[in-house]
Amino acid sequence: MLAATSAEQAELVVFIVLAPLAVVSALGMVLNRNAVYSALLLVVNFFCLAGFYVLLEAQFVAAVQVIVYAGAIMVLFLFVLMLLGIGNEEVLKETIKGQRPAAVLLTLGLLVALVGALLAGVFDAEPGSLAQANTGGNVQAVGRLLFTRYTFAFEAAGILLVVAAVGALVLGKRQP
Amino acid sequence: MRVGPGAYLLLSALLFGIGVAGVLIRRNAIVVFMCIELMLNAVNLSFITFAKTNGSIDGQVLAFFVMVVAAAEVVVGLGILVAIFRKRSSASVDDVNLLKG
Repeated sequence: MLAATSAEQAELVVFIVLAPLAVVSALGMVLNRNAVYSALLLVVNFFCLAGFYVLLEAQFVAAVQVIVYAGAIMVLFLFVLMLLGIGNEEVLKETIKGQRPAAVLLTLGLLVALVGALLAGVFDAEPGSLAQANTGGNVQAVGRLLFTRYTFAFEAAGILLVVAAVGALVLGKRQP
Repeated sequence: MRVGPGAYLLLSALLFGIGVAGVLIRRNAIVVFMCIELMLNAVNLSFITFAKTNGSIDGQVLAFFVMVVAAAEVVVGLGILVAIFRKRSSASVDDVNLLKG
């Protein structure tokens, strides 16, 4: 009983540290005018999310988050940023008049709807546990599911990745 | 005190909102892409929260597939971006207006 409460306390502490960090890094990514800083702040955000995944007993997805997102995808982003050059400043002139205030208003409306639904208790549920589903390890459980119920989706994902790689090659080829 | 699913879902909603605002406000195509990644990640957080609430791994597998699709999307999207940049030497989403009526 004592061990359970101390684990809950640890979860609370980690959540309190990571949640503001995730929100601040996301806000910084949107508000920063330098695209390279945006990319680096996004990496911070991805690491925070990996922490949440560990708290939510999704160790495999947390590892994939760090390796694929923070590793591969962000390196690709930075590579393209460097390739295109970062000297040209973003134009602050609005192409459509009043787009930015309208965007902020619409986003606030969306947030009000989402948070309102949460506060109204649409998704109220007991904090369940994956202890039973994770018997023998989280990686084993995910793998078992991936190669039984989701085999077709798994193969389709493989084909999708191959097609994407070929498409990127064709797009990147210099036209004669 | 316990961290319930509500806290994670609230955080996920906040991150999604920030991503939406970024896509609508920013004009640099690469940053717009990053905001899309942020939104995908926010939804992944919801998936994994619901996986824990329901006591089943299926949500985690779905989050895994979302990551696969995000990787494919980024590869093709950045390829298109580089191709456009070669033609117009600009990464702004406002400069691509050939189909404008």
